[in-house]
Amino acid sequence: MRLNDAVFGIALLFFAFAVIAYSQTFPATFGQNYGPDLFPVLIGSGLAICGAVLTFRGWGARKVVPWVELGAWAQDRQKLVTFMLIPAALVFYILFSDFLGFLPTALLILFVLLRRFSVAPVNALGIACITTLLIHTVFARFLLVPLPWGLLQPIAW
Amino acid sequence: MDVLLTAFDLVFTPYVLLVMLGAALFGLFVGSIPGLTATMATALLIPITFFMDPVPAIAAIVTTVAMAIFAGDIPGCLLRIPGTPASAAYADEAHAMTAKGLAEKALGASLVCAVIGGLIGTLVLATTAPLLAEFAIQFSSFEYFWLACLGLSCAVMISTGSVLKGVVSLLIGLFISTIGIDITAGHPRFTFGSVEMMGGISFIPAMIGMFAVSEVLRYVASNRQKPQVSQQAIGNVFRGLGPVLARYKINLLRGGVIGTAIGILPGAGADIAAWVAYAVSKKFSREPEKFGSGHVEGLVDSGCANNAGLSGAWVPALVFGIPGDSITAIVIGVLYMKGMNPGPTVFLNQPELIYAVFVAFFLANLALLPLGFLAIRLARQVLRMPQRVLMPIILMFCLVGAFAINNTVFGISIMLVLGLLAYLMEENGFPIAPTILGIVLGTMLEDNFMSSMIKADGDLLGFFSRPIALVLGIVTLCIWFLPPIIRALRSTRGRAPQ
Repeated sequence: MRLNDAVFGIALLFFAFAVIAYSQTFPATFGQNYGPDLFPVLIGSGLAICGAVLTFRGWGARKVVPWVELGAWAQDRQKLVTFMLIPAALVFYILFSDFLGFLPTALLILFVLLRRFSVAPVNALGIACITTLLIHTVFARFLLVPLPWGLLQPIAW
Repeated sequence: MDVLLTAFDLVFTPYVLLVMLGAALFGLFVGSIPGLTATMATALLIPITFFMDPVPAIAAIVTTVAMAIFAGDIPGCLLRIPGTPASAAYADEAHAMTAKGLAEKALGASLVCAVIGGLIGTLVLATTAPLLAEFAIQFSSFEYFWLACLGLSCAVMISTGSVLKGVVSLLIGLFISTIGIDITAGHPRFTFGSVEMMGGISFIPAMIGMFAVSEVLRYVASNRQKPQVSQQAIGNVFRGLGPVLARYKINLLRGGVIGTAIGILPGAGADIAAWVAYAVSKKFSREPEKFGSGHVEGLVDSGCANNAGLSGAWVPALVFGIPGDSITAIVIGVLYMKGMNPGPTVFLNQPELIYAVFVAFFLANLALLPLGFLAIRLARQVLRMPQRVLMPIILMFCLVGAFAINNTVFGISIMLVLGLLAYLMEENGFPIAPTILGIVLGTMLEDNFMSSMIKADGDLLGFFSRPIALVLGIVTLCIWFLPPIIRALRSTRGRAPQ
């Protein structure tokens, strides 16, 4: 997805002002003119200047560069779904891994993604199973990462 | 001498050697698959090294990266698709050699040059870093402030694309580094009451998001077709290499020196080293007309330069804590976590660790010769590995890696947000490297800035009060202000005659 520079510029300007405004709420260090707000304000000012220049540039080029240019893939409905599936998979893990447990969640995510990338069902299931077990063994067994057991807690090994 | 022996003892244990072998195979695999970069290999490796002692952890990273950068040449040669960006400079040349039936020679030259380049870079690293460290021990917060500024400015200037977008990228990184408890006053900034945000944005999930998740997203968005591997027989790649190396010995040395020097510059890594070395090689060649038609000379220079650049990048990273490229940026994050804060004091307090790094570098580059040979023999099988199977597996590794650092799903959220951000930025010509350097150096920059301000009692002239700080300060200000002034002068002069 390509955006006109001005879109970034305006977004940066808003962001910069928000950063500067929010930094004003930080308490000052006693006896000094500068405190925890100094650095964020400097960064915010820098971003504001860059944002202004980008807006200016993007505005100048608006006839050549459209505001938003979706890549060919984004117009292809199928590809768009595949693309969105990646963040969706991560969000799904964040929300449900604690309840379902690592093994079922990872298995499900892998199987769905592999199927989406058109791997044959049997292969997808096999690869998903092996990968999930392998990752679980390496991280939970050897590296002692407490991957959640969730529903499988009664049969935890 | 004792230190060197201790360092050897640290590296030559079965455990470290085994880790290095595993890392080597991993690096060769990742490097030889187009779309998976050496930086991504490092980012994926970090969660595992997190649980190791400093020496095996660093040895693993060093080995993985050295292998991955060479392995990037293999698909460049056989498919004309560089395996890592560092091979992009000469992928066309190498593929042209394959088209002429010289795949064997191209791969052999790439391998031997990579080894020689790596060794030259390591030699420079091992000799200059301790000397620089002795000098750097006198530095105070003023000097470190300017050094950090200098490093970040270089990163912006050298990064690909527009300088303005580089600055934006850097500022975003610096902003991310301010999230969490502030170091001087202990006030929480931009945490919005979240306890998890108070600790700041964890570096490793950020790294995995920006380098691995963004890559998976790019794969999904791209239309990569399954490439056709050349069916040329590849036998003994070392056959007939002697005369080639003897003929281009100057090129080898030049490539090694250029690569190391560019590696040392903050923000410029192996990929830029390869481009510059290739251009220099063509400029000074006796047969520049042959370049592009499958001529081995450019391959010698740039194949040597990218591996040399890797070691070069470690010089500022170890001595000043300022990364030379995005890989060493990750390394610095790892060193901090291992309690081995990079800077001149490590050279004084734990010299054996530093020397162990040098030994690991030498060993990794020497091991590249047999292992790289093996990788070339297995290349066809590896290149046949379907990416649609690899990508979901990589995503799963990212997920667990981001979780493993603090054992919370918050890490996965950071990874997701920064992965999407990196994808959007790259699509629109914002370089990623400055953001990474900003995240890594932000705290150091602010820390040194605030303590300098306190020392100088708010007087900005205090930043120029010491001789070295004065020089560094002037150089930094020149980098910032000279280019626009020169541009302004040129444009007024250009307008004057009309």
